Amino acid sequence: MNTFFLIMGIGMCLLVMLCLFRVIYGPTILNRAAGISAVGTKTLIILLIIGVVHRRVEMFVDISMVYALLNFIGCLVLAKYLERTGEV
Amino acid sequence: MVIRELIAGFFVCTGFFFFFTATVGLLRLPDFYSRLHATGKGDTLAVLFSLIGLAVYEGFSLTSVKIVLIAVFMFLAQPTATHAISRAAFRCNVKPLTTPGGPNR
Repeated sequence: MNTFFLIMGIGMCLLVMLCLFRVIYGPTILNRAAGISAVGTKTLIILLIIGVVHRRVEMFVDISMVYALLNFIGCLVLAKYLERTGEV
Repeated sequence: MVIRELIAGFFVCTGFFFFFTATVGLLRLPDFYSRLHATGKGDTLAVLFSLIGLAVYEGFSLTSVKIVLIAVFMFLAQPTATHAISRAAFRCNVKPLTTPGGPNR
């Protein structure tokens, strides 16, 4: 079961690499914001999987919770800022 | 014990599948709104499946209750963030793609 979670974590790291393509080459800044949101969501699961593999979930679950909050607030702040400036 | 691990593995595998489809949609779809549609819904479902799988693997404890709390929070927060970004795009006059072969935005 440990090997299974390790394989899942490595696969999600590869998916994060694929999402970084949209972050780097995105045509507008809104595309980059969508890519960053997707990367943050995958990082949340990767953190929990690291905790399961190292058998320390009770420590990593708090980090994961804080990461979810920061991802949400950052995304919201970026959206509000872009909405107010009125340029893409 | 074995049945619990099987259920957890099934849920985590389903979550990984939805993460994969969301990433393919983010990379391959031609329009900003369609990309956001792929990631907004796919990532929400994938996070729910993965967190439920990890909570089942952990068993009933304070840690699994916290994982379920993260799942509830993500279920509320992810559609809100997607809606905020798409509203910002709409107010910035990003036009959706209506004819094939239009500009890539």
